[in-house]
Amino acid sequence: MSHRIVLGAVAYDPKVVTIWDGFQRFFALHGLEFDYVLYTNYERQVEQHFAGAFDVAWNSPLAWIEAERVARARGRKARAIAMRDTDCDLTSVVLVRQEGPKSAENLRGKVVGVGASDSPQATLLPLEHLASLGLEPGRDFEVRRFDVLVGKHGDHVGGERLAAQALVRGEVDAACVIDGNHLAFSADGTLPRGATRVLAQTGRFDHCNFTVLDGVNEAAVARFRELLFGMRYDDPAVRPLMDLEGLKQWREGRTSGYAALERACERFGWLTPFLKHMGAA
Amino acid sequence: MNAPARRLELGSLGFDSGASTLLALELGSLRAGESVEIRAEAADLASQLAAWARGRGHRVEELGAGRFQLELGAAHAARRVGAERAGRAPATDVAARPSQRWGLAARGALVEAGGAPFSFRLATADEAWFAGAPELYRAAAAAQWDPGTAIPWDTPLEHPAEVEDALVTVLTYLIENETAALLVPARFATQVHPQFREVLQRLALQAADEARHIEVFSRRAALRRSELGLSTTGGQASLRTLVEEPDFDRAALLLGVLGEGTFVNLLTFLREHAPERCTAELMRLVAADEARHVAFAMGHLAERIRHEPTLLARLASAVRERHDTLRATAGLNEEVFDALVLLAAGAFAPDAIARGHAAVVELVAQMDAGRRMRLRKLGFSADDAASLSGLHTRNFM
Ligand SMILES: [Fe+2]
Ligand SMILES: [Fe+2]
Repeated sequence: MSHRIVLGAVAYDPKVVTIWDGFQRFFALHGLEFDYVLYTNYERQVEQHFAGAFDVAWNSPLAWIEAERVARARGRKARAIAMRDTDCDLTSVVLVRQEGPKSAENLRGKVVGVGASDSPQATLLPLEHLASLGLEPGRDFEVRRFDVLVGKHGDHVGGERLAAQALVRGEVDAACVIDGNHLAFSADGTLPRGATRVLAQTGRFDHCNFTVLDGVNEAAVARFRELLFGMRYDDPAVRPLMDLEGLKQWREGRTSGYAALERACERFGWLTPFLKHMGAA
Repeated sequence: MNAPARRLELGSLGFDSGASTLLALELGSLRAGESVEIRAEAADLASQLAAWARGRGHRVEELGAGRFQLELGAAHAARRVGAERAGRAPATDVAARPSQRWGLAARGALVEAGGAPFSFRLATADEAWFAGAPELYRAAAAAQWDPGTAIPWDTPLEHPAEVEDALVTVLTYLIENETAALLVPARFATQVHPQFREVLQRLALQAADEARHIEVFSRRAALRRSELGLSTTGGQASLRTLVEEPDFDRAALLLGVLGEGTFVNLLTFLREHAPERCTAELMRLVAADEARHVAFAMGHLAERIRHEPTLLARLASAVRERHDTLRATAGLNEEVFDALVLLAAGAFAPDAIARGHAAVVELVAQMDAGRRMRLRKLGFSADDAASLSGLHTRNFM
């Protein structure tokens, strides 16, 4: 019997269409009927997942937490079934100018630039990290948001680059970016050589996963996972697709890397409006 | 992780100053599963090194005190799996049927597998390549000239106004012919598989030659006149059949062997009868370029016909079809014909005009003889060569 999977994903960039079209061809080649629905924001995607609009969600870490919390409130079960190797064990850093504050404590009274308000890596996690060091955002330091494309949970790099540029120009005293963007901004000159340094680094956290809810066609999900885990980077037929999606290997879904983000959501009350909207708070 | 096989000293190098270059160099000598100890003095390296390694599928462990251990992941070598050479570098060794997947890769480069195939239309050596192409490319590259310095633009112009008018009429006609001659090689250049790069380069230089011809004719026309002459529907109809010819071989015959070959005669005639040194010099330079274009078309077709003798019949029908298409058009416009007579006469006295007329009649005969000679060289019989030459457009190009 042939299986069918419909995926929900957020269109944070036009390349998203290229990616999932590529997966559609890959799955079709292996007899799995695959289609996808795009949303402009993760909250709509989570809502529609519970409405049964699709089978598998490509969820940001924040969307995973939202889905998990709604599921729990409704007596349902959310499961992370796969993730990219490149979404495991990430960190974010708080950057300052070379001559800037010497310790997190010195951020008191200063201005900290962050990314989009719903970005786990560029806003919620670094602010949670600073809070855990005893620095309450908004009270102990001012938060300057570089809100680009809210609803897309920071998938778009824009806000982080703006924060980094503002740091270099002296408009903020610190900027929060994910380690991969710190690397990219150093390499491309956004952060001139020697101009900045790392003041603080968060603990390790995980990023996106494929999420399913209970009641999904398990046989179809099993086939979907089997095909994903069968993708090999040394296979020239799928390598371009893996490059496009930015991974070398699919891994089992794990949810242990989201604890810090849950703490951040708790601390900042981030989830409340959405959970209320979903009747889950 | 296995014990590090090597050690890399990054010194003060960070990712903002090229650490990734040294890392890549070092990893090039490792096999998957082998690891290197990295020593770094740059602050902040840890988080960026972790991100760098993660994105490339390597494992990294912080050993403390600026020391790290990095283990090469399998993806590093996996990238090369299935890669193939885009033929061999020497021009004497082009691939007969290069893969469309080699795409734009340099001949002889290692091409990663998995890329989307291109669709170059002229993708076999039979269609696109001939052994003389590299030499003709080199000759063309060596013969480029600078219109600004190669031509004596400040030559005094003292000839009668009517002769200048005649010259501008001819230049107007030449410019639109050069425009057609630019478009044809430019279009085929986009269709040649880059494996045959000397053909591609040669076509590009031909287009560049024509660009220069358009420039010098336009510049000469503007020396004394602010307006150009007439562009006729018949002239454009004739050129349109060249510009729209989709077949590389047929275009080589119609444009190169017949059209540009005929133009060499015309340009030589214009050099001989030029009213002043500036025009004589630019006609000489343009004629030399055109002679190379003819040689390229002849070289290409001679080799094609050697492999595929039935091509002669296909080429003959190209000439006939073009003739049929143009049967109802006027051919060379009268203004151009009269202008050529006047240029050759150089004066208005009846006996001067008679000399000019005789010179143009002689020119047309030379053009015909030249076409027949080239067609014979390609392998047409004397009769076929004569009849095909006679069917060539009266518009010359
Ligand atoms: Fe020309
Ligand atoms: Fe030419």
